[in-house]
Amino acid sequence: MSDQNKDPHYDATHKSQLEGMETSNKNLQNIGVELLSVHTDGTVHAKRISGRFRTIKWVVAAMWLTFFLGPYLQWDGRQAILFDLVNRQFHIFGLTILPQDIWVLAMMLLFAALALAATTAVAGRLWCGYACFQTVWMDVFTWLEEKFEGNPNKRQKLEQQPWNLDKIRKKVPKWLAWAFIGFMTGFSFVAYFDPALDLWARLFTLEWTSTETIIILGLAAATVFFAGFLREQVCIGFCPYARIQGAMIDTETVVPTYDVDRGEPRGRMRRPKPGEEAPELGDCIDCNLCVAVCPTGVDIRKGQQFGCITCGLCIDACDSVMEKIKKPKGLIRYASLAEFGGKPFTPFYKRPRVLVYTGIMTFAAVAMIWGLINMSPIDMKVLHERAPLFVQMSDGSIQNKYYAKVVNKTDQLLEAEITVDGPDSLIYIVDEKINVQPGTVGTATLLVRIPKGDIEQTNTPIDIKVQDLNNPQVKETYESMFISP
Amino acid sequence: MAQHNPWPDEGNTGHIWDEDIRELDNPPPLWWMLAFYAGFVMIVFYALYYPTIPWTDSHYKGMTGWTQVEEYKEDYQVLKNWRDQKFAQEEEQLAALPLKEIIENDELKTYAVKTSKVLFGDYCAGCHGAGGQGNPNFPVLADDDWLWGGKIDQIYTALEKGRIGNMPARGMMGNLNDEEVEQVADYVIALANGNGDDASVSAGKAVYQKGMCLACHGPQGKPLAANGATNLTDQIWRFSSERDEVIKTIKYGVMVKKDGELAPNTRNAVMPSFADRLPDAEVNMKRLAVYVHALGGGQ
Repeated sequence: MSDQNKDPHYDATHKSQLEGMETSNKNLQNIGVELLSVHTDGTVHAKRISGRFRTIKWVVAAMWLTFFLGPYLQWDGRQAILFDLVNRQFHIFGLTILPQDIWVLAMMLLFAALALAATTAVAGRLWCGYACFQTVWMDVFTWLEEKFEGNPNKRQKLEQQPWNLDKIRKKVPKWLAWAFIGFMTGFSFVAYFDPALDLWARLFTLEWTSTETIIILGLAAATVFFAGFLREQVCIGFCPYARIQGAMIDTETVVPTYDVDRGEPRGRMRRPKPGEEAPELGDCIDCNLCVAVCPTGVDIRKGQQFGCITCGLCIDACDSVMEKIKKPKGLIRYASLAEFGGKPFTPFYKRPRVLVYTGIMTFAAVAMIWGLINMSPIDMKVLHERAPLFVQMSDGSIQNKYYAKVVNKTDQLLEAEITVDGPDSLIYIVDEKINVQPGTVGTATLLVRIPKGDIEQTNTPIDIKVQDLNNPQVKETYESMFISP
Repeated sequence: MAQHNPWPDEGNTGHIWDEDIRELDNPPPLWWMLAFYAGFVMIVFYALYYPTIPWTDSHYKGMTGWTQVEEYKEDYQVLKNWRDQKFAQEEEQLAALPLKEIIENDELKTYAVKTSKVLFGDYCAGCHGAGGQGNPNFPVLADDDWLWGGKIDQIYTALEKGRIGNMPARGMMGNLNDEEVEQVADYVIALANGNGDDASVSAGKAVYQKGMCLACHGPQGKPLAANGATNLTDQIWRFSSERDEVIKTIKYGVMVKKDGELAPNTRNAVMPSFADRLPDAEVNMKRLAVYVHALGGGQ
């Protein structure tokens, strides 16, 4: 695009994001389609250095500990978070969600999806850089690798070295450590579906079902394979979100960016020899530390690219160098392309894209809260018998048959009473009360009869009501039809 | 297409369009090709192992004689065993308890009803309809009118022994003439409409006495006991409420036999015995009795 003025196919009337921007900045070259190199030669062995973003990364990563600890939380004598598929009940602390209320969980998913979109629009791939299980696990796995095998140079050497006892002695403990994390990952995942303590107990008595065994070991193997061996290739080659998120970034999104104007031309700092003129160099001393620390092996100085997970580690690296050479920090920094294009920074609350995302998020959150507040502990569906729709009785009255299905969402026995409202002469026959066990559905057969002379239309609306006998404010009404010839 | 190939070494197929768009010949990865060839090898084993080749009158049986139907049967047996085990207690109770206790026990009753649906569909719905709604000339089971009684034991007896309806043609003694048949038909229609005492039907009322209809249908048109005769005063008709059809029923009777065979035009009203028809008849008849009793009109 820098050649756009020379390009005969360049359409001057074409409206682009760059419209009205000062485009002389080289950072803007990378908007649009351009192939960028991807690290292809072997495993990326990234250097680890400390810094602000490194700390943030650890803090966010530490939140994943809740994934491992979650299954052991207890609530009212059972596991606090348990997705009980067999009994079709989701327990989340004091809350029990039955299939009827699953839309509340759907709202949660909608919220999470839009949160991903909104954060991406504001500050790039925050999810990828800090929170994603792939990058977090990969981070922990490479941290372990460094503990067992030493710094990147040693690791590189070890890799090239032919197999011998020394190599095995270094590799095997690392693999065991990886395998342990992988196993715990698979185990903890399954422990949200099968009670964790029971799962442990059955591990030691070797009583896991084949499903459990396959899922746990499969997930363990996948964890080791993905986080230990495939690593950044997952982000670059597999992950659809990586590509989708790249498309959700616009010129106003702040992402780790290399300040080309300030950095170029790059070059080593050298004291000029006598008689030689000191070259005019930018602030980038071409130390390549930003590449060395990159977990996906990209060169941020080439601009925003799909290999970049915006983890900010290159910012740490560059800042540490700038500090040493006594130059201002921020040669690589969180900045938007608009900023380099000379436009004033737009706060996120003034950007329509972010506002729309936030609007949908708010909707999802409100719907979820509304759903949780109004979740009735009792639910009734009434099915009208279809064959026959109605029956004529010997006294000429018409009888309809219904099946009332009462769902008990509480954790106590429900004694439900069913009543029917309709025309005055309506009579109904139903069991005095139906006992519904917690978390199950009770069915009652309901017969409703109306004398023939009192039926004015073929479809007479009736209200079928259910009430908890022990707790009269718990009730539900179902509007149904009484059908006659 | 270009005649000469400016890119001879890149392995293109020689198909070149628009100067530089060319078709390359990139083989799939090795692992893919290996899987592809492995597929061919697999086919050979597959063809030998499974019944694959049709002859004219039979087919190749495969190495182990495996068939889909056999596998289905085995799986079905596994499922059935599981089910039998899971509901062993309910089945036992169903077999052991008298019917009256079964319908008083909510859980057992629900179990019996739920497990009867298929049986009812297989053995009963042909005549009585899928929901017991009846069919023309076949009784509705969902209403509260019972020819032979709507108590659970009576329903069971109907299933066990069967029922045969019977009504002599032209009155008990067969002595009613066509005019009298019409008069008595008008009378029974009036009975159902609630104006059986009307002067206009008094002739029919006299015929009703003369034809000895009251022997089965009762002096007021209402059978004194559940004997298979219809209640003439209610809104439910065993055959049809149309005048012509009522006349036909009276004229030709129900299940009237002549020389050991059914007389022409006579109504057919047979409920077969299911004691020999149902599998596991003893418990299944009980189950079905509970189901029919719960259809909407059990007493």
